[in-house]
Amino acid sequence: MRTDLNLVLAGFGGQGLLFAGKVTAYAGLVEGREISWLPSYGPEMRGGTANCSVCVSDEPIGSPLVLTPNALIAMNLPSFDKFIDTVVPGGVALIDSTMVSAKTNRTDITAIYVPATKLADDNGLSGLANIILLGRLYKELGFCSEEALDKGLAKCVPASKAAMLDANRKALKLGMEQP
Amino acid sequence: MAEKVLMKGNEALAEAAICAGCHHFFGYPITPQTELAAYMAKKMPKIGGTYLQAESELASINMVLGAAAAGVRAMTSTSSPGLSLMTEGISYIAGCDLPALIVNVQRGGPGLGGIQPSQADYYQATKATGHGDFQLIVLAPSTVQEMVDMVFLAFELGEKYRMPAMLFSDGLLGQMMEPVVLPEPGQVKIADKPWAVTGHGGKRFHNIINSLYLEPDLLEKTVRERYERYAAVERDEQRCEEFMVDDADIVLVAYGASSRICRSAVVSARAEGIKVGLIRPITVWPFPNDAIKKAATHAKAFLSVEMSMGQMIDDIRLALNGSVPAYFYGRTGGMIPSPAEVLGEIKKIKEGM
Repeated sequence: MRTDLNLVLAGFGGQGLLFAGKVTAYAGLVEGREISWLPSYGPEMRGGTANCSVCVSDEPIGSPLVLTPNALIAMNLPSFDKFIDTVVPGGVALIDSTMVSAKTNRTDITAIYVPATKLADDNGLSGLANIILLGRLYKELGFCSEEALDKGLAKCVPASKAAMLDANRKALKLGMEQP
Repeated sequence: MAEKVLMKGNEALAEAAICAGCHHFFGYPITPQTELAAYMAKKMPKIGGTYLQAESELASINMVLGAAAAGVRAMTSTSSPGLSLMTEGISYIAGCDLPALIVNVQRGGPGLGGIQPSQADYYQATKATGHGDFQLIVLAPSTVQEMVDMVFLAFELGEKYRMPAMLFSDGLLGQMMEPVVLPEPGQVKIADKPWAVTGHGGKRFHNIINSLYLEPDLLEKTVRERYERYAAVERDEQRCEEFMVDDADIVLVAYGASSRICRSAVVSARAEGIKVGLIRPITVWPFPNDAIKKAATHAKAFLSVEMSMGQMIDDIRLALNGSVPAYFYGRTGGMIPSPAEVLGEIKKIKEGM
């Protein structure tokens, strides 16, 4: 049986965390797994931290609210502070080090620092730091097949923005290439 | 089978309602049901339906009454404080014997409360959704797929028994995305409505839709007749899902969002060798009394888990009638219980047994 993915993505509204979560969920759906996607909603999304919980499992999903993630993507300091200690031992935390200068003291998790926002800007992929981080998370956890991940991406890029699909694919690849 | 798509509960419910032949939506915006009305606003004009954002909840529910009286499938959606404002109109709809769909995507209360998920409107939905003697059929989905399927059921039951039906959701189910299969078009069975007030060119005596009866004996007669239908609903339409109940010593009872958390807790408890099961009411009115009574023949304790201070627990205790103890665990105000918390409660009960 494949391991469950309990992912929290957190950062500022507008960084594309809900989108990256949706790509992950769709990738799980493509593979016929049980999935859920739950956003934070309300005033915290407007200027504060936006986050979402994604579960991918072979079993029906109980609570879609992830309190103890085994994977975390943090794209700003408040999110890093809020969620880093919730990651289960053995879990993975992906941190956008362009946005978060802090480092965790935890040694029981794998903390990976990727300057995703800078990488995105330097490679003409502005606004796709979210997908770069997702690519790096994928490299670490391989939570689905690469084909499913690509299909998930294709499902989430709306037809009206089809031109963005290639850029998203580049960002995903760039993420996978990060150390 | 149709392809599974990823949709928010609110949007899936809206699409399902349109598929179910509901082309008349009246509402007033409120979080966390926003996406539902927004979806209707986008879709209804394209299919020649009505999307009308009224000036208030009071206006919305009375527009639903009007549309339902004309015999069409009509609905509104709101969240807790909005539903309180609609209760007068809902009572009128019940008093007029009209089928209509009312969606409550619950949030924390009382007052303006908060906007996070809650189940604190249980009393309101099942005991007193307005003044007078009446009931609604109240369906409690626990997945996005059920948000779709229950829309059809709500309209069908509402039309069968000529009474309003409520889809009793919450902010968690409304906001989350899950894979969902949308219905194929053309499966809709809409009941004949010979009572509807429609133009007929003088071919028959005119119909009247009314809830005013100034003669008390006549009013009592109409209410009693309505309660005969309610009795049939209570007898024939109790629905619930049982999960590992057959040999359970402790039976959890939870509906909607909290039932999902309980299911996880049951799996954890079973892994530790504690015999726990879950009864998940699908109809909270009619309450699944029969399933509770049946489980009470072998269970030693019941535990009601709610996102409230304890409301459904009353119905469980009424069904048990003192035969087996029933306990309560809940979080409220927009807090969601965790499977670990529920497991902790299960262990406490187990120790006391």
